[in-house]
Amino acid sequence: MRDVAVVAFGQSDHARDSAETSEVEMLMPVLHDVLEQTGLAARDIGFTCSGSSDYLAGRAFSFTMALDGVGAWPPISESHVEMDGAWALYEAWVKLLTGEAETALVYSYGKSSPGSVRDVLTRQLDPYYAAPLWPDAVALAALQAQALIDAGLTDPQELAGIAARSRAAAATHPHAQLRGEVPMGETLVAPLRTGDCPPIGDGAAAVVLAAGDTARRLTDRPAWIRGLDHRIEAHALGVRDLTDSPSTRLAAERAGAFERPLDTAELHAPFTSQEVVLRRALRLDAPDSTVCVNPSGGALAANPVMATGLIRLGEAAARIQRGASDRALAHATSGPCLQHNLVAVLEGE
Amino acid sequence: MSKEPVAVVGVGQTKHVAARRDVSLAGLVREAARHALDDAELTWADIDAVVIGKAPDFFEGVMMPELYLADALGAVGKPMLRVHTAGSVGGSTALVAANLVAARVHRTVLTLAFEKQSESNAMWGLSLPIPFQQPLLAGAGGFFAPHVRAYMRRTGAPDTVGSLVAYKDRRNALKNPFAHLHEHDITLEKVQSSPMLWDPIRYSETCPSSDGACAMILTDRTGAARAPHPPAWVHGGAMRSEPTLFAGKDFVSPQAGKDCAADVYRQAGITSPRRQIDAVEMYVPFSWYEPMWLENLGFAEEGEGWKLTESGVTELDGDLPVNPSGGVLSTNPIGASGMIRFAEAALQVRGRAGDHQVEGARRALGHAYGGGSQFFSMWLVGADAPAT
Repeated sequence: MRDVAVVAFGQSDHARDSAETSEVEMLMPVLHDVLEQTGLAARDIGFTCSGSSDYLAGRAFSFTMALDGVGAWPPISESHVEMDGAWALYEAWVKLLTGEAETALVYSYGKSSPGSVRDVLTRQLDPYYAAPLWPDAVALAALQAQALIDAGLTDPQELAGIAARSRAAAATHPHAQLRGEVPMGETLVAPLRTGDCPPIGDGAAAVVLAAGDTARRLTDRPAWIRGLDHRIEAHALGVRDLTDSPSTRLAAERAGAFERPLDTAELHAPFTSQEVVLRRALRLDAPDSTVCVNPSGGALAANPVMATGLIRLGEAAARIQRGASDRALAHATSGPCLQHNLVAVLEGE
Repeated sequence: MSKEPVAVVGVGQTKHVAARRDVSLAGLVREAARHALDDAELTWADIDAVVIGKAPDFFEGVMMPELYLADALGAVGKPMLRVHTAGSVGGSTALVAANLVAARVHRTVLTLAFEKQSESNAMWGLSLPIPFQQPLLAGAGGFFAPHVRAYMRRTGAPDTVGSLVAYKDRRNALKNPFAHLHEHDITLEKVQSSPMLWDPIRYSETCPSSDGACAMILTDRTGAARAPHPPAWVHGGAMRSEPTLFAGKDFVSPQAGKDCAADVYRQAGITSPRRQIDAVEMYVPFSWYEPMWLENLGFAEEGEGWKLTESGVTELDGDLPVNPSGGVLSTNPIGASGMIRFAEAALQVRGRAGDHQVEGARRALGHAYGGGSQFFSMWLVGADAPAT
């Protein structure tokens, strides 16, 4: 298989509300950032792919305006997934593997501030039986958290510890929305307290991928993608074991995550309880484990929906690029209660 | 580095109608997928990954429907991707699926595109105004009509060309059992006397609003060798995008369309499209787009496309049949329309297009576009395996 690497990563400052900027205005500085890092111009990019959601924008074909901002002239080879940017990166990775392109620009963005993202996400559910009841995203995560507690796999103290660790890790993160010590707060939907839930925010991220020698030319230390896989599970919560994530485990196996030790894991776990599920699926809970989990602070420090997964890949790659990691796992999720999961294994040379 | 050759071994469509009230969204997509599996004589277990596409989620009111449809499409435990590139999405989705095989990431992939417009209202789905952007001008027809008028002025095409296209496509649709519109009493006079909607586009020169889904099974060389029916081989595929609005844009013949076609022809070794391509499934939602795209895709010199149409070249028994299936003008489940073009091109070179089969078709082009003539996706399929 052809060698493909992440050679640049950029993200916006994530904020609760960005009413003063459009999606395109939010995205442009990030795009310029990653292109400057590599010295590439938009016209040099072999393939472009993005991830976003019309439902956040409240408007059909919302991504077309963002494309206008990319600099799509002369015409570019381009595609879009209505999924988190992590899946746009997957599509771009496949394109590079075919040999049809040497470089790819991947970006994603989401503004949750214009509406109620808790309610908006109910529109992901089965439209005939579940969605009309409007079970919101926090309530569904709370079901999963309660299932874990009932199974004796976690307790509120452990969950509080995950929140504290994540936000402490984000203390020095320049782009984080929540950083440093944040109180756990009131119960939002039992058993989840405010601190167990992600902040609601707006943000964007971008990554540049390159193949083989092109990657070596563009950066001193490429973050090589050694494996990348994603798997989906059944939609209905009633037919899934919410305390487990078989799709994450399978994706990790296929990506080669278990073949050699990791030093870093960037997990897309918007709720503390979901980190518990993912750690178990990814075998990160061994007593002697030295894997550093979510050194960026993870989704609990910044959760720009549609970009959060791509940011996990970008954070893991950036850690490799700056020499803080040699072998990292990055994970992205989509859907209620971790329905759809993607795992990448990244390495330095 | 050599790519794995990609073969289409299964094609399935639903019967397209205004409202499929007998099935849910899940039931609709499963029906098309089931037909594609039957065509390939494969089972759900043979599928390694699923790639789906559709136009805006607002059309049915389901956000990220791949999540809800995972069960219906046998995707549980497998990778599932959702592509969205506006009206070109059906084509783009097929190309993303083809790349999975070409890159040897997966061996056999189910790709599917759908729209169930009756679940909601497409007109309102496209009409959510936000500040500082142009409104959509009374639907897509309002956006495209001025560009048709520009084409007529630029080329001197007579007013009658658009109605010839509509008359041809609606007659072709009568030979296609899956087509939505079956107007048995269609005449050229009826088309020409239908109400003017967006001058110069008449009612009978516009696409219908359909419920429907289209699916294909794509596989590698080994899979193709096992296929029960002749496969269609992918000889070239490409996507191109350009901005919707800017001063230098040529709406009559967008550069992205020309570049996309040129890339496909380069991959497929096509030097004279008019001579070397036997059938075209072209995305023509408004009749005048046939002569416009004939030029954009290199089948005619600039300003000459309408002459091909007028002289009958694009008729089913013509020298270059365009939309033997009846095209988008007869069937338009928006998100699926591009994939139907790709799939119908495959059916032609497989010799499995039934009554609308183009005799001896060896090479066919599938074409899709979307946005404000912003997104393009195309593939060229052949009856013979590509030279490696």
